[in-house]
Amino acid sequence: MDYDVIIIGAGLSGLAAGIRLAHFGQRVCILEKHGRVGGLNSYYPIQGRITDVGLHAMTNYVPKSVKSAPLVKILRQLRLSYDDLQLCPQATSRIIFPEKELQFTNDFHFLVQEIADKFPGQVDRFMKLTRSLVSYDDFSLGEKSVSTRTVLNSFLSDPLLIEMLLCPVLFYGSPKEDDIDFSQFSILFRSIFTEGFARPRQGMQQILHLLVEKYRESGGELRTRCQAHHLGIQKDLVAEVHLADGEILGAKTFISSIGLPETRALCSHWEPLAQEPEPGELSFIESILFTDVFPSQALGFEPTILFYSDSDRFCYKKPDGPVDLSSGVVCCPNNYQLTEPMPEGIIRLTHLANFSLWNGFDASEYRMAKDRWAQESVKKAERFIPCLSQHIKAQDTFTPKTVLKFTGRCNGAVYGSPDKVSDGRTPIKNLFICGTDQGWVGIVGTLLSGITIANKYVLY
Amino acid sequence: MTQEEIKASVLDIISEIVPDEDTSHLDPEVRIRDQINLDSMDFLDIIMELRKRYQVDVPEEDYPKLASLNSCAAYLDPWLKDK
Repeated sequence: MDYDVIIIGAGLSGLAAGIRLAHFGQRVCILEKHGRVGGLNSYYPIQGRITDVGLHAMTNYVPKSVKSAPLVKILRQLRLSYDDLQLCPQATSRIIFPEKELQFTNDFHFLVQEIADKFPGQVDRFMKLTRSLVSYDDFSLGEKSVSTRTVLNSFLSDPLLIEMLLCPVLFYGSPKEDDIDFSQFSILFRSIFTEGFARPRQGMQQILHLLVEKYRESGGELRTRCQAHHLGIQKDLVAEVHLADGEILGAKTFISSIGLPETRALCSHWEPLAQEPEPGELSFIESILFTDVFPSQALGFEPTILFYSDSDRFCYKKPDGPVDLSSGVVCCPNNYQLTEPMPEGIIRLTHLANFSLWNGFDASEYRMAKDRWAQESVKKAERFIPCLSQHIKAQDTFTPKTVLKFTGRCNGAVYGSPDKVSDGRTPIKNLFICGTDQGWVGIVGTLLSGITIANKYVLY
Repeated sequence: MTQEEIKASVLDIISEIVPDEDTSHLDPEVRIRDQINLDSMDFLDIIMELRKRYQVDVPEEDYPKLASLNSCAAYLDPWLKDK
C-alpha cells in the first residue's frame, strides 16, 4: 500500500480531513487537480491583486470568549488558534424585500428586536422556532430529509417573514430549488443569524495557507496539478486510483471531496443506488468590482452584505434566462470591522444563473453575454449604491461555466447535488464522501465535514 | 514517569487540544469536564493523543477511569511508569 488514506480534492474539507489523519500518524496523500488549493473557496490573482474566488463571509463567527460553538470545535480539532484567523466581524447586513426590510448583526437579539418591530405578531413564534433549532442536533451524521418550508409554515404565520428568512439561507447554501433540507437549514440559520459573519483579514488565502501549513507539518503529502482519472474498483472496494498521467496509487481508504455525482463518475464500477445522485441545478454569476472610492464613505453604502428580492415570494430557481436579476446579494468586504483598511473599495454582486445557457454559448457569445450581464448587474446594484458604475477601476466576472472549469462541479452547482450523503458512505466500502455533498456547507461546516468523516471512518 | 509527571503530560495534552482554556487551576480530584469546557470530541482526542505519544490503548469501557487528573495518573501508571 502506498498510503493509508488518499483524499481527492484539496478544498477545505479535504484539507481538514488530511490534517486530522496526518496528525494521528496516518500516511495521507491529497490529490488536487489544480495548481492551487481551495476548490470551491479559493483565491486567484487579478491585475496584481490576490482576490477571493467567491468569499462573501465566513459564517459561524463567534467571539473568542464563546467556548461551545462549531468554530471552536474545528479550531480545536485542527489544533489551530483563534487568533491565527484574524477574524474581522461584520457590521450590519440587510434583507430587502419590496414591502419590508430586516437588518441583522452578529448579535442575535438585534434580529429579534427587528422582527418584533417589523413583524410584531410573529416574534413569539420566531422565538419558538429558534428554540427548536437550538435543540436540534446540528452536527450528527445521517439526518433524514425534511422540507424547511413545511417546518417554517408550522411555526410562522406571515409568509413574508418566511421568505425573508429563507433568502440569505438559500443563497448561502441550498443545493435545492426553492427549499432546503431542514437539517441544512438548521445549520445555516445558526451559522448566519444566531452566530454571524466575519472575514479573515486576508481572506481565503489566509485560511488555506494555515491549513496547508498545518497539514504539511503534520506529515501529510499534497500533490497539486495531480488529477484522479478513475478509481479501480474490485468487488466492493477501491483498489487504487489511476492518475491522469498513468501513475497508480493504492490506499486502504479513499475520501472524496469532489461531489457525489462527480465521485461516482470516477468509479469503474458502482452497484446501483436506490436513487441515483442527481447533479445540482443551481449556479451563480458573480462580478467583483474594484472601486476608486470606499463604498461606505463616498457612495453611502453601509451594509456588509445585502440580500434582496424584487418579489415578496423569493424565487430561488434556475432562471429561464442566463441570469435572474430579480434577486441577488451585494457584499462589500470593506464594510467588515477591519483592523486596517483595505487598499481599495470592493463590491461583489451575485445572482442566480442558468448553467446550460452559459455552457451552450460559443466563445464570442460567451464573452458578450458576460460583459452584458456584468453591466446589467451593476446597473441593478445602483439602486443600492448610486453612481457605482462611475467608480469601477477594475472588474472580473465568474459564470456557471467558470465554476465548472475550476471546480469540476457538474452544472457549476456550487452547493453540489441536492442528494446529500449525510453519513458520508457510498456503495464502495472504503470510499467516503466529505464536503459539500456530505451536506454541511459554509467554511466552518465543510471543515467540520472533513474532520467528522476522517474521525468516524478512519480514526475512531 | 512518576504520577506527577503523568499528570503533567495529561495536562500538556489537554492544553494542546484546548489552548484557550486555563488549565493551571485544575483540581486533580475533580472531574476535568466539570472544570473546563471539553466536549466528547475533545475527550476522544485526549485518548488518541495518549496513543500517539505513549502507545497506550485505552479501551472504551475504561474511558470513565480518565475522568480526573488523579484517576488518569492511577489508570495510566502501569503503562507509563517505565517510560
